[in-house]
Amino acid sequence: MTNTEAKVIEVLAEHLDMDASEMTTETTFEDLGVDSLDVAEIVMEMQDVFDIEIETEKVGKSVKEVAAYIDGKVNA
Amino acid sequence: MSIHICGTGSYLPERIVTNEELSTLVETSDEWIQQRVGIRERHVSEHETAADMAVHAAQRALEAAGCTAADLDLIIGASLTSDRACPTVAGMVQAAIGATCPAFDINSACSGFLFALDIAASYLVRGGMKKVLVFGAERMSRILDWKDRSTCVIFGDGAGAAVVEPGDGLLASRLFTAGEDQVLLIPNHLGESPFYKNEPEGTPYVHMNGQETFKFAVSRMTEDIKYAAEQAGITLDDLAWIVPHQANRRIIDFASKRLHVPKEKFFVNIEHVGNTSAASVPIALDELVRSGQLKRGDLFAMSAFGGGLSGAVCIIKY
Repeated sequence: MTNTEAKVIEVLAEHLDMDASEMTTETTFEDLGVDSLDVAEIVMEMQDVFDIEIETEKVGKSVKEVAAYIDGKVNA
Repeated sequence: MSIHICGTGSYLPERIVTNEELSTLVETSDEWIQQRVGIRERHVSEHETAADMAVHAAQRALEAAGCTAADLDLIIGASLTSDRACPTVAGMVQAAIGATCPAFDINSACSGFLFALDIAASYLVRGGMKKVLVFGAERMSRILDWKDRSTCVIFGDGAGAAVVEPGDGLLASRLFTAGEDQVLLIPNHLGESPFYKNEPEGTPYVHMNGQETFKFAVSRMTEDIKYAAEQAGITLDDLAWIVPHQANRRIIDFASKRLHVPKEKFFVNIEHVGNTSAASVPIALDELVRSGQLKRGDLFAMSAFGGGLSGAVCIIKY
């Protein structure tokens, strides 16, 4: 697991009040049972944590995809 | 600085449409709407225009302010759903209540009432005016696609008004615009010109990107309220109430979390009013005043955001 993936899981766990150990890099928003507004909330938290602008529609569906999107932005 | 709120008034059309009734029109459910938006029912006009509703709200505000239409020096209306482009909603209100002062409309979508209030404050600073009527009035039901379950369940109709006079109650006010048409758009289809090459395609109704609207709304509210408190030289703890635009219960809840201000401080009436665009903030303000929960001397914030994109915030000593 990369640092970004671990951080993404940490943000998700805190926002959803879950245990980080319940998630893997393959975990998707759908698995977590969140709706589109929860995703918007999570994206806003991620924007703060990583200090980047995130386009919600492009962020991806799984921890792995979200982390890859963020790495792409941070390294751009 | 420039404003004292003398009286408020609001009006909701009689016809109530519940979530259960909406679920007979589009594929939705009471549970889905309550969970996603926080609305149980909304009022929908069967006979009244935005101007008709504004007249009732204006009369109630005048009565609460203890003055008459003849005392008004200016009327500023905020609406994007008038049945007429001309005369203005404010003009029709002026005639109906028997005022003779100048009257005009502004349009800044859901932030309209606070834009109008800011304009009123500027006029009062200029001097020479004693009473200004400001209102927001919307018949949102006329611009909704009643086959689109993602938008038609959110909105409602109504009007809210306030009479203001010179005073020292406005501690901070800021307007915001970021012109764009991807997040929130309401096309304005009228007659087609045989010469114009770009007649729009698609429906003329409210188009909204829910996730981006949500992000914009929460960011606007949190940034604006913090900024206004700083300008006013107060802390968020000093606010007795925050009266937010009633767009979505979840926007208010998430803004509350990010501001570290308890939910109880946000006045919420969306469950029985829905999102009434420019009418939303003044209707909520009037309900807060009439319920006796806002007391003279209390500091409170009003925060709005919406199409445009637009946003507005003010802090007022009631």
